[in-house]
Amino acid sequence: MASMRDIKRRKNSVTSTQQITKAMKLVSTVKLQKARTRAEKTNPYTDQMYKTVSSMMRKSGNIIHPYLTAGESERKAVIVITSNRGLAGGYNSNVVKLITNGDFKKEDLDIYALGSKGHDALARRGYNIKENRSDIMDDPTYDDAMKLCRTVLDSFAKGEVGEIYLAYTHFKNTVTHIPTLIKLLPVDTTGMEEAEVDDNVMMNFEPNTEEALDMIIPKYVTSLFYGALVESVASENGARMQAMDSATSNADEIISDLTLKFNRARQGAITQELTEIIAGANAIN
Amino acid sequence: MAEIFKVEIITPDRIFYEGEAEFLEFTTTAGDIGVYAKHIPMTTVLAPGAVIIHKDDDEVVAAVHSGFAEILGDKVTLLAEIAEWPDEIDVSRAEAAKARAEEHIANKTMETDIKRAEFALRRALTRIDVASK
Repeated sequence: MASMRDIKRRKNSVTSTQQITKAMKLVSTVKLQKARTRAEKTNPYTDQMYKTVSSMMRKSGNIIHPYLTAGESERKAVIVITSNRGLAGGYNSNVVKLITNGDFKKEDLDIYALGSKGHDALARRGYNIKENRSDIMDDPTYDDAMKLCRTVLDSFAKGEVGEIYLAYTHFKNTVTHIPTLIKLLPVDTTGMEEAEVDDNVMMNFEPNTEEALDMIIPKYVTSLFYGALVESVASENGARMQAMDSATSNADEIISDLTLKFNRARQGAITQELTEIIAGANAIN
Repeated sequence: MAEIFKVEIITPDRIFYEGEAEFLEFTTTAGDIGVYAKHIPMTTVLAPGAVIIHKDDDEVVAAVHSGFAEILGDKVTLLAEIAEWPDEIDVSRAEAAKARAEEHIANKTMETDIKRAEFALRRALTRIDVASK
């Protein structure tokens, strides 16, 4: 049996770890609330954007536009949103798995990494990292989203990549976060047809449909991307909150187990001492 | 009294404005337009400029840079990437941006992205214009 001193030392160390996990949980709870409010504030913008674009798609019929057809290049750009910090359970590895277990060929991918955890994991596996913008994740703004989108859209326009994907974590609610992979370009029109139809309105586009598409699709892509950014930040903090919560309760379990062991060891020591004293007294008589 | 319609200005970070108007003015890539109720349905691309919302002889002014507008008979939705109230505008910063853009345009070289400089200039002018109203 371990000595009393060893058990005590172990118990102290678990207790101080528990204090850290408890504090981290509190911090991420506060951050989660902030991030969630922010994610909710972007919703009206992305919803309206989706509605407008899907109604444009329905009404413009089968027009041919570069943004609506895949480029000829085999290469695919993937924007990967993870976090800069760990200790968030499976949050980062789930996003990375989307790419490593997906139908992608490793050689065909250009990775735009946001978040050093995802960047490191993919770089280690030998993926081609085109750009690492992990600094954005510290405080994502719409401006950052716009700039990165412009870079990615440029490479699409130049024909360097044929398709653009986005891997992020969808924030469904505080406890459910779903790693998601969506196609940004060419615009995925499936599902748009079924969206609420109010086709009685004959929409006009100015200057004309094609030019309007030219202007609006980059904004649509940016809004999807920005929405994914803020949702990922919320998911990250949600995941960390959960991970730290279970770490804290695991620490509780270990502490109670160690307390039991410590008490048993102490009792054992006392019993042994008594036995020795009694045996000694008997020997003198 | 003119008929009223709903106006919504939405930016990525917030619902910037939600209310009613009798008459709405804003700038599109094809020039300034004014909208009354029962306008024909139209989607148009915004250019940097002032948005003026008229209601009950009152005027509300805001600066809007890039985005698009969806006009329906009884509702106008402006999706703007950037929108600012006059009191949120930092005039000295806008003046500096204006000077910088003008300088870029004046000393243009092969590398100068003239479209971008012009866009920056228009944004700065809009800000100064709206802030002074």
